Amino acid sequence: MQFMLILNETADDFARRNSPDTAGEYWGGWNAFIGAMAQAGIIVKGDGLQGPHAATTIRVRDGKRMVEDGPFADSKEQLGGYFVIEVPDLDAALDWAAKSPSALSASVEVRPVLPPMAPPAG
Amino acid sequence: MDDTGSISARRAAEQAARDSFGRLVAILAVQTRDIAAAEDALGDALVSALAVWPERGVPDNPEAWLVTAARNRLRNAARAGQVRRLAEPEIIRRLEDCVSMPSLPDERLRLMFVCAHPAIDPGARTPLILQTVLGLDAAQIARTFLVEPSAMGQRLVRAKSRIRDAGIRFELPEPEDMPARVAAVLDAIYAAFGAAWDGWEQPDAPEALTGEAIWIARLLVSLMPQEPEPKGLLALMLYCTARRRARRDAQGRFVPLDRQDARLWDRDMIIEAEGLLTAAARHGRFGRYQCEAAIQSVHVQRPVTGKLNLEALLALYNALVVHADSIGARIGRATVLAEAGDTAAALEALKELPAGRVDNHQPYWVALSHVLEKAGDRSQALDALRKAIDLTPDPAVSAYLHERLENIGKQPGGN
Repeated sequence: MQFMLILNETADDFARRNSPDTAGEYWGGWNAFIGAMAQAGIIVKGDGLQGPHAATTIRVRDGKRMVEDGPFADSKEQLGGYFVIEVPDLDAALDWAAKSPSALSASVEVRPVLPPMAPPAG
Repeated sequence: MDDTGSISARRAAEQAARDSFGRLVAILAVQTRDIAAAEDALGDALVSALAVWPERGVPDNPEAWLVTAARNRLRNAARAGQVRRLAEPEIIRRLEDCVSMPSLPDERLRLMFVCAHPAIDPGARTPLILQTVLGLDAAQIARTFLVEPSAMGQRLVRAKSRIRDAGIRFELPEPEDMPARVAAVLDAIYAAFGAAWDGWEQPDAPEALTGEAIWIARLLVSLMPQEPEPKGLLALMLYCTARRRARRDAQGRFVPLDRQDARLWDRDMIIEAEGLLTAAARHGRFGRYQCEAAIQSVHVQRPVTGKLNLEALLALYNALVVHADSIGARIGRATVLAEAGDTAAALEALKELPAGRVDNHQPYWVALSHVLEKAGDRSQALDALRKAIDLTPDPAVSAYLHERLENIGKQPGGN
C-alpha cells in the first residue's frame, strides 16, 4: 500500500535550513532519515520543498485568476516536503513517519494514496 | 422439503446468525479489511441460506457454508466494478490468501485490537468492538454509552470507513503496543457482559453473550500474562456470574445482593475470581477492573464475616472515582455513603451528577430513592422510585421495586 508522508515544519525549522550554526544538524537529520528509507527500499518518490516564502497560490473564480503570494493557509506549521512510500499498512507508515525530524518539531500527516483508476470497460 | 424441514432450516439459519455473526464477520473482515462490506456480505449470505437451506437441507457445517457464500459475494462485488480501481486484484488476493493465514486463537481478538487502533476516534473504539465483534445493535450501544442512537450510528459508520481507507494493520499489535490498546477491548467486553446481564432474566435473553464475554476475557488473560487489568475484568465477571442463581428466589422474585442466600453462590467461580484478583495485585499496577473486582470481593466476604465492610467499600469506590470516573462509580459511591450513615454526603454526590446523563438511567433513580428514604424524605423517595419503575424493563425487578414502593408508603409517620 502506498502512503504519502506529508512533512510539516515550523518557521523555526525553515530558518534552521540556512543558518550556519544549525544547517549541519538540520540537514544531517534529514539525510539520516531519507537514507534509512532508501536503504529499506520503500521510497516511491519524494522531495523537500522550498519554504512557504517561495510559495504562490492561485484560485480561479468566474474565469478570473487570483494569484497570491504565500501558502494557501497561514498556519504555524507549513508543508516542508513529502515522500510517497510503499509499505504494508498504516502502522508501518506511522513507524517511518515517527522517525522523521519534523515529527519531533512539528507534525507528519500520513495519507493513503488512491490507487489509479482502472480504464473504463468496453 | 416439508414444513417441519423448512422450519428447522430457518431455525438453523437464525441460530447461526445469533451465535456466530460476530465471529464470521471477524473472519471475513480480517481478510478484506472492510468491516461494513463483510457485514453486508454475511447478511446477504444469511438471506440466501433462508432460501437455499429449506430446499436442499441444512449443510453439515452451516458456518463454513455462510463464510463461503459471503466470500463469493465479496469477490463478485470487487469484480462487478463497484470497485473500479486497480485495488480489485488486491481485494481478491486477500480473499484467496485466507488458507495461508496464520491461525489465531480467535479472529475476533484480532479484529478487536484493530478496532482499538490509536488512528481511530477514541470515542468510537469500544462501540465499534461492541457492534462488529460482539454483535450488539446501535440502539443497545447508544443506551450503554448514554448517547443518542443516531449519533452513535454515525460514529460507527465513520469509524468503519476509516478502517477500510486508512490502511490500518489487521494484526495483533506488537507486545509493547498492547497495553495502550487493551483498555478499549476490556471496556467492550465488559459492556457486552453488562448488556447481556441486564437481559438475563428475560425469556430470549442473549445468555450466550455473558459466556462469550468470559471466554474472550480468558483468551486475553492468556495472551497478556503480564497485564493485570484483563485478570481484573475476568475476576469481576466471575464474581457477578457466581451469584446468578441467588438473584431470584423459588418464586422467581428478584433478590437484592444484600439479601441473597450465599449458599446459592458458585464457590468455584468465586475461588477462581479471588485467585485472579490476587495474581493481578502482584503486578503492582492498580486499575479500574481490579478495583471493581475488589468491590465484588468485599461483597462476597459478607456471609463469611457476617457484616459488610463499608470502610473498605468506600475506600474502593473513592479509588474507582479517581481511576475511572463514571456515572456508575459515583452512584455506587453514593450508595455506600448512605449505607454508612452519611446521607447528606450521599445526596450531594447524587445531585452533582449531570441531569442529562442520569435522567433515563434506572440505577440513578433506584439509588436516589434509597438515599432519600434513608434521609427520611418519603415523598421524594416515592417519586424517585416511581421514575425508576418506569425505566425498568425486567418484570421481576419491577415487581421488587413496586414492593418497596408499598413498604415506603406504609411506613408510619411522615407524609
